[in-house]
Amino acid sequence: MIINHPLLGPRDAQEFTYLGDATLIDRPDGMADAAPEAFHDYLHLRDNPAGTHRELWYHEGGDRSWLVVTRDTRTHEITRVDLARDVALQRGRGA
Amino acid sequence: MRYSALRVFAEALRGQRGWRPAWRDPDPQPEYDTLIIGGGGHGLATAHYLASRYGGKRIAVLEKGWIGGGNVGRNTTIVRSNYLLDGNEPFYEYSLKLWEGLEQDLNYNAMVSQRGILNLYHSDAQRDAYIRRGNAMKLHGADAELLDAGAVRAMYPRLNFDNARFPVQGGLLQRRAGTVRHDAVAWGYARAADSRGVDILQNTEVTGLQIEQGRIKGVETTRGPIRAARVGVAVAGSTSRVMSMAGMRLPIESHVLQAFVSEGLKPLIDGVVTFGAGHFYVSQSDKGGLVFGGDIDGYNSYAQRGNLPVVEDVVEGGMAIMPAIGRARLLRMWGGIMDMSMDGSPIIDRTPVEGLYLNAGWCYGGFKATPASGMAFAHLLATGEPHETATAYRLDRFRRGLPIDEKGAGAQPNLH
Amino acid sequence: MSGYRLQGGQIDRTRTLPFRFDGRSHSGHPGDTLASALLANGVRLMGRSFKYHRPRGVLTAGSEEPNALVTLRSGARAEPNTRATVAELFDGLEATSQNRWPSLAFDAMGVNDWLAPFLSAGFYYKTFMWPAAFWERVYEPIIRRAAGLGALSGQDDPDDYDKGFLHCDLLVIGAGPAGLSAALTAGRAGARVILADEDFRMGGRLNAESFALGEMRGAEWAAQAVAELASLDNVRLMPRTTVIGAFDHGVYGAVERVADHLPIPPEGKPRQILWRITTARTLLCAGATERPVAFADNDRPGIMLAGAMRAYANRWAVAPGKRVALFVNNDDGLRTAQDLAAQGVRVSAIIDSRPYAPDPGIPGARHLPGALVIGSAGRLGLDTITVRTAQGREFRIDADALGVSGGWNPNVHLTCHQRGRPVWDDALAAFVPGADLPGGMAVAGAAAGVFSTHGALQSGHAAAARALEDLGRSAPAPTLPQAEDTPIDLRPLWHVPGKGRAWLDFQNDVTVKDIKLAHQENFRSVEHMKRYTTLGMATDQGKTSNLPALAIMAELTGKTIAETGTTIFRPPYTPVSLGVLAGRARGKDFKPTRLTPTHHWAKARGAVFVEAGLWLRAQYFPRPGETHWRETVDREVLAVRAAVGLCDVTTLGKIDIQGRDAAEFVNRVYANGFAKLAVGRVRYGLMLREDGFLMDDGTTARLAEDHFVMTTTTANAGPVYRHLEFARQCLWPGLDVQLISTTDAWAQIAVAGPRSRTLLQRVVDPGHDISNAAFPFMACAEITICGGLRARLFRISFSGELAYEIAVPARYGHALMERLMEKGADLGVTPYGTEALGVLRIEKGHATANELNGQTTARDLGMGRMVSDKKDSIGAVLSRREGMNREDGLHLVGLRALNTGSRLAAGSHLLERGADAVAANDLGWVTSACWSPHLEAPIALAFLKSGAARMGETVRAVNLLSGQDTAVEIVSPHFIDPEGERLRA
Repeated sequence: MIINHPLLGPRDAQEFTYLGDATLIDRPDGMADAAPEAFHDYLHLRDNPAGTHRELWYHEGGDRSWLVVTRDTRTHEITRVDLARDVALQRGRGA
Repeated sequence: MRYSALRVFAEALRGQRGWRPAWRDPDPQPEYDTLIIGGGGHGLATAHYLASRYGGKRIAVLEKGWIGGGNVGRNTTIVRSNYLLDGNEPFYEYSLKLWEGLEQDLNYNAMVSQRGILNLYHSDAQRDAYIRRGNAMKLHGADAELLDAGAVRAMYPRLNFDNARFPVQGGLLQRRAGTVRHDAVAWGYARAADSRGVDILQNTEVTGLQIEQGRIKGVETTRGPIRAARVGVAVAGSTSRVMSMAGMRLPIESHVLQAFVSEGLKPLIDGVVTFGAGHFYVSQSDKGGLVFGGDIDGYNSYAQRGNLPVVEDVVEGGMAIMPAIGRARLLRMWGGIMDMSMDGSPIIDRTPVEGLYLNAGWCYGGFKATPASGMAFAHLLATGEPHETATAYRLDRFRRGLPIDEKGAGAQPNLH
Repeated sequence: MSGYRLQGGQIDRTRTLPFRFDGRSHSGHPGDTLASALLANGVRLMGRSFKYHRPRGVLTAGSEEPNALVTLRSGARAEPNTRATVAELFDGLEATSQNRWPSLAFDAMGVNDWLAPFLSAGFYYKTFMWPAAFWERVYEPIIRRAAGLGALSGQDDPDDYDKGFLHCDLLVIGAGPAGLSAALTAGRAGARVILADEDFRMGGRLNAESFALGEMRGAEWAAQAVAELASLDNVRLMPRTTVIGAFDHGVYGAVERVADHLPIPPEGKPRQILWRITTARTLLCAGATERPVAFADNDRPGIMLAGAMRAYANRWAVAPGKRVALFVNNDDGLRTAQDLAAQGVRVSAIIDSRPYAPDPGIPGARHLPGALVIGSAGRLGLDTITVRTAQGREFRIDADALGVSGGWNPNVHLTCHQRGRPVWDDALAAFVPGADLPGGMAVAGAAAGVFSTHGALQSGHAAAARALEDLGRSAPAPTLPQAEDTPIDLRPLWHVPGKGRAWLDFQNDVTVKDIKLAHQENFRSVEHMKRYTTLGMATDQGKTSNLPALAIMAELTGKTIAETGTTIFRPPYTPVSLGVLAGRARGKDFKPTRLTPTHHWAKARGAVFVEAGLWLRAQYFPRPGETHWRETVDREVLAVRAAVGLCDVTTLGKIDIQGRDAAEFVNRVYANGFAKLAVGRVRYGLMLREDGFLMDDGTTARLAEDHFVMTTTTANAGPVYRHLEFARQCLWPGLDVQLISTTDAWAQIAVAGPRSRTLLQRVVDPGHDISNAAFPFMACAEITICGGLRARLFRISFSGELAYEIAVPARYGHALMERLMEKGADLGVTPYGTEALGVLRIEKGHATANELNGQTTARDLGMGRMVSDKKDSIGAVLSRREGMNREDGLHLVGLRALNTGSRLAAGSHLLERGADAVAANDLGWVTSACWSPHLEAPIALAFLKSGAARMGETVRAVNLLSGQDTAVEIVSPHFIDPEGERLRA
């Protein structure tokens, strides 16, 4: 597979390490009352779609960026690649 | 129709005219007592045991394609019970015992061959972990032996002992482990279940689950609706897709695992060997092909095919431990879809929908589990309670903090 | 005609190459394959089939060959199952037939053929079940010995293999008329083109046919095209290169056979290279494969595909026989007869199943339209065929060779590697590529079902032009030569009904009857049929057998072939040596080796090394006279406890953390508090995974308000760094914090023991006060040593002694070690390795990978209270789940053997005295064990159920694998100095 890194251009997927569903960005608040249930869902449950999947890849053999790759799990076609940091900021994550 | 040497002999003399279909292709009935979704090894085994051990009647197995076309049709044929954790070992040991009596039970030669599995170790820490595991196995009544490098060499003289990056220090041997002719498992269970009246419905895809007020009522299929008060789902690889019809999200991701076979060769290795310093395990089939595999590709996939980096990684492991195979040729490679669970262990449990039961999350260990999985799922379907060897395989173990994590890799499916 | 060698052909008659087959000497010419050379020498019998050991000759002239498999070369270079049809002849080639005993002509295992009625498809599933124990002991060993084809030598492969990466605009797969035409179009337009062909001579069927292209013979035109392509800098020609698979995003695997046509690889050259080709566009021009027609005894040596006959006659100038007959359902009979007759080969009959077939008028050849071949005879080779005419008359015809054609199948394999499905074409009676091709791929020529030469040239050009257009280039107008443009005229014929065994899969011995039996027993889906009969599972993967078999299954089920479908085409296109897939990653080069900064110093001192992941670390430093590793380790341990020791700990991960929010960041990734850590101080940190289990531990130093240095365990240096980057980029992108791994940047040496301060004071530059008061336990500082060398000093202790770790830029590690040894000579300074390190930390009760195995919690380690509930740190929430906080949970304890002479092994399980060794009585296990030279007893760390409450009690550590059963006292894991006085000294 080839991942089109937003900063570095097309790179072989072998340079990357895969983590999983990009919803792992949406870490719940650990101090909230409902934290136990929220963390259970966050960490364990997955949509696991057969189709478009937004997922986290880490450019371990490269610039150490975390990327959010939009990829079809049936065909492996990649339609979009973003820096995970940008996605996280867009999703309202900050400090 | 009983299979036997005598029957083979007699049929040879009469031009094979007497052989009958190994299983029927009946039309679906409008209603069954129990539906099992998934005509793979686990689904067919469940049907067989439900009918033969639990007195189940009016059972149908629904298969969207051809039976045995999932992971029982694509695996590296290994059976073993060399597990570490209490949640797993009794189950897999039970499975191995069922394998040992399978052919007589099914009247089908699935070529259960107890050729042994040898897990090589290459460091003191690996050795210590294998001592812990071997003792756990023995405490659960399984067999295990720890070999030093000399004993390994006597057993497998063609491994790389003298020019290795990670020298072999020894291995954990389970002699009762081995290999089984994988397709025959599906066919043997299908034939046995069919002979007890189970309807095996091929080319019957489930397109919807009929759920009313939290209870399962039946399923929609490409061949029309079928009513049933009990539905068991055993569709590893497609579990999330099927269970999403019941509105459930699961602790499962679908990943692709590749496996490989070489051209046929005269006997080179006798049993199953796993390399401890890379991703490679191998056995040799009765036909002579080296059957080998390694790690999953590591990304979510339903594509049933993998990519070159893992192919190379696996073969690099192979050449590192068995440098004599360089001039053998890879004949075929394939990819299967695994239910990778959050702790690397399976789920056999009730669901929040009454009457709907789940058998899933087998990661890449489902084949060896086939008999016990079938028995445990049949037990659950028949009694509503977990089988005694499968009490840990509950869905709520993640919420409760009771993962069965053999590798200690945590809640990341592609690390298991 | 003398012998079998004809005039002409693309062989170099100026040179003669001697070779041996089964010990007999023969000769051929450059340009020959082993198969063509054997045929030229009159050798028809080349192999035995897998199951029945039927005598078999060559069926094809290409990589689809199922029969003519030999072991090429000998000794460590022996290469089993090599297809003689693609093995290039070289001087001194040595080949041996396979799967026969004692000889190819007389094979005792041929008895299987007589037993065939008892060995029908799938018979083994129905028998060998009684008695149960006989399967492994009796039946299976016999089957295994009989099975397999060729044998590996068992020796290490002596050749080298390489890997490489290539990039191009257009990858053209196959250099026949379509591929050459496409490559010319794209090459002339300036695109970066790779043209790969499995053959050693490019040209494809142009080399095998007698057609003219314009004024030239096809082979001449091909040679000219290749010459032009070779002259273009933007075109890379790759003969002897098989594209094995189409992978995601335009990545293709290709194997180049660099030296297989030579006796041995030239010095410094690999045998083969695995190329990973990344391309924008791909054009598959892989041609087509002829398929046989099944009839009774259609497997005798001498019976081959008609197109193969033409290839042997035209390309290799070899007559397939002295009296040749043809049996076809298409125009291949005509073509073959004409080509053979033109070469002076006698054609005795053309049996054409088409009733309307025109008579080509070959002198001396009987033309039998509407007729069928219904049998063959001959010992070890064809002598006669039996024919049934359209009128039903049966008679024999003398023939020592029979060319068969049932039509051609486009080589669609690569179009299906990404789960595309081919579609059935009734006019061609063949599957052609479907619409769901791999991204960027197009198909041209015979592979696309365009069978005429003109069509191939035209479609190759057109497809290349389209690809260029996609890439923003324009193609010049074509200058295609005149070429034949005959339409396909074919009447499907899959098998000839009748008695006798009609073979489909020649290698695996699958007959039409086997397909019928599979149908009878309800193995009717193509996958069931394949798996039950083993059809298509041989080394040729059914390239010549799959379609006829599924056509027969379609007949039996009353479905169309389109409805019946195919099995799945999977990589590799043809079998690939495992050596090339591994490349250079073998032996000592399997993985890279990481060396510590003091590696060469340690080596010079005679250290014994041990692998720690990719690192090599000094395990211990034996001295002359020491006879056992334990003697050395005990000395090293005692030296640390009594004086001072030095150990390279560079392999521990180091992560530099800087930024305004660095403290907040560290506080969130560790379970215990870090926000208030003072500058100049170090703290032990527990890192959890988000699931609440222990991920790693280590010490983190605060060098400045906005600057931390974190250490990790050796094994987790990479994963922890990745985890931290995840937290930084994905979880808290708003924090002002930057990370970098400095594991390799700093050499770090542990200086441990009561005299460590004294030693360090001798190297630390004046002005840095490291007295106990000024630099207490858990202090850290950036200092200079040895007259200005910048260094970092941490007062931390793994051993439990007064100890430090000192870090200097990696290139000074070796020098620092030497300097410390020199300065400490009078203090008894002693280098120690990982073994002593392990003993020291067990004595102190410090956890390491054995205890932090990913399955344990802070609570298990007795550190549950360190997990702060005052802050939101990773893993804290889920660490509170009930299952991880059970009253009867595991606790880390120390164990001390009651009998100092007994043995205690890590991995042993713990049982009560007198309890049976069954799982219900399992109390836990030993994580780490050693001989403690300090306590003079075997000691261990262990996880024990409710262990904290059982101090002073006795249990047993049992290792059922070795029979050890050792009574142990449960003690604190801190065997040494539980109050911590030494490390604060």
